Amino acid sequence: MAKHAGNDRMSCPSAFVFSEDFTGYHFHSDHPFNQKRVILTYELLRETGFLKDEHILPPRMATDEEINLVHDESYIHAVKKAGEGKLSEAKAAEYGLGTEDTPIFNNMHEASALLVGGTLQAADAVLEGKFKHALNLGGGLHHGFKRKASGFCIYNDGAIVIEYIRKKYGYRVLYVDTDAHHGDGVQWTFYDHSDVCTLSIHETGRYLFPGTGNVNERGQKEGYGYSFNIPIDAFTEDESFLEVYETAMREVTDYFKPDVIVTQNGVDAHYYDPLTHLYGTMKIYEYIPKIAHELAHTYCDGKWIALGGGGYDIWRVVPRAWSQLWKIMSTDTPFSGSLPEAWLNKWKDSSPVPLPETWEDTENMYKPIPRKAEITEKNKQTLDKAMKWIQNQKNRPY
Amino acid sequence: MLVEEVMSREVITLPPTATIENALKILNEHHIRHIPIVDEDNHVIGIVSDRDVRDASPSIFENDPDPEELKNEIQNIMSTPVITVHPLDFIEEVAAIFYDQEIACVPVTKENKLVGMVTEKDVLYTLIQLTGVHVQSSQIEIKVENKVGVLPAVTNILGRHKVNICSVLVYPDPKDDDHKILVFRIQTMNPLPIIQDLKKEGYEVLWPNMPGMTE
Repeated sequence: MAKHAGNDRMSCPSAFVFSEDFTGYHFHSDHPFNQKRVILTYELLRETGFLKDEHILPPRMATDEEINLVHDESYIHAVKKAGEGKLSEAKAAEYGLGTEDTPIFNNMHEASALLVGGTLQAADAVLEGKFKHALNLGGGLHHGFKRKASGFCIYNDGAIVIEYIRKKYGYRVLYVDTDAHHGDGVQWTFYDHSDVCTLSIHETGRYLFPGTGNVNERGQKEGYGYSFNIPIDAFTEDESFLEVYETAMREVTDYFKPDVIVTQNGVDAHYYDPLTHLYGTMKIYEYIPKIAHELAHTYCDGKWIALGGGGYDIWRVVPRAWSQLWKIMSTDTPFSGSLPEAWLNKWKDSSPVPLPETWEDTENMYKPIPRKAEITEKNKQTLDKAMKWIQNQKNRPY
Repeated sequence: MLVEEVMSREVITLPPTATIENALKILNEHHIRHIPIVDEDNHVIGIVSDRDVRDASPSIFENDPDPEELKNEIQNIMSTPVITVHPLDFIEEVAAIFYDQEIACVPVTKENKLVGMVTEKDVLYTLIQLTGVHVQSSQIEIKVENKVGVLPAVTNILGRHKVNICSVLVYPDPKDDDHKILVFRIQTMNPLPIIQDLKKEGYEVLWPNMPGMTE
């Protein structure tokens, strides 16, 4: 829309959902999922001066009824009992609790319900018109299933918020997931819905958890054609990643014409991430929110809710990548140059690895990939296959 | 896995005296590619494929509204004798038959009577189940020496990490007869501690395994 094309997009009223209590979602000290990254990001942003008191929105607890929009009552009950240390091992296993991925911890229900509540706050902040966009970095736990915890996720706040938006506001929601892992929990929740469209771009499931997210998973019944998956190859790198992302994002948004966009901004596709092999750099984390921001204004009058997600290099990658997300959401331009010295000084001794000193990654972070051309070509082919459905709809004779 | 666990039990058949026209109609209506031909005791005496039937049908360029060819009896074109399998055969034996005989379907008989059919599609479905790709999991590949006791040693390491194994496959190493590749699908999003332990004990872990990329 023309009125948003000019300067008035430069600065959008945005909400940043935050509480130090997000760190209560804590499995154990050696677990790769560590919410300390939200604190690190918050402090980094505070140092830049681009996050102010007026932006901060404290999260609330989600009610059982709200969690029940997606999860079974028996599962919620099991999570509560687990958090009190009263769930038997056999029962826990039935619900995916007490595994290496989702170990049991004290008050796990309360900690998880706070993340969900934060995401619901973000949605209300935008949909009640108080803010254009909102960000909850504590959320984005896309692997949680109806009655099963998995892949570090207990309650699936992304799925819950979509159902909440459908019920409360009657909006059609586009969910875009750029985590390096397939957004399976959200996809399966809405697999037969035509008023929720899911788009997930992720490293192929040949090696990586959860293994699903193939290009032929397109939805079922009324939901057919409302689920898009683009599994990209290990060693994909920036250019091919961004080609796939931008094309898919533009085509799917134009095809679905959502009322609101929910993005899951996992930042585990970076070269430094220990769990994945996509070889992205900070460049993709400037570009991903940039396009989402533009399309939210073009199609949804700005209505955009962004969530966190994966991100397992919590020192070198997550704080910078998520700060860029906030910066672009609120001002449309990324940070560049040096990181604030105060932040570096505060954390350099706690970090087990040397902290990067600039917003951008240095050149030659890794050795060149020998099969780059082949991988790029293969990703392009996967993208074309995924977009074929949209092309076919456009080319229908009537 | 046994044939009786994967075969379809509702089989559409024809008697030998049925016409080619009947066969064409059945193939189109049911979206199937093979029809077993049975006698009155339900013994399989022949089989026709969609290609057999089409070869015996008039060309679509002919404009005859009532072609004579379609009135021929199916027994004139059916293949015989028919390769059959038993419900207690293994699905991998069926796969070997498909490969060796270059066919895509076998009737299943018990006491010489037709009880089911197994097709290529059933075999592929079983393969998908075997690989475990339908379960939330990560895949790791380990190159190991081809000798006694390696598999239990490796699974022991997985067991220590309390991670469930969805599937195990053992492939020959294409370049090296003395080695095998073990492929595990394991129910965890974080295989790193396992990979570290495997490497510590001297195993070569390929994650991911891409020729020309990973050493």
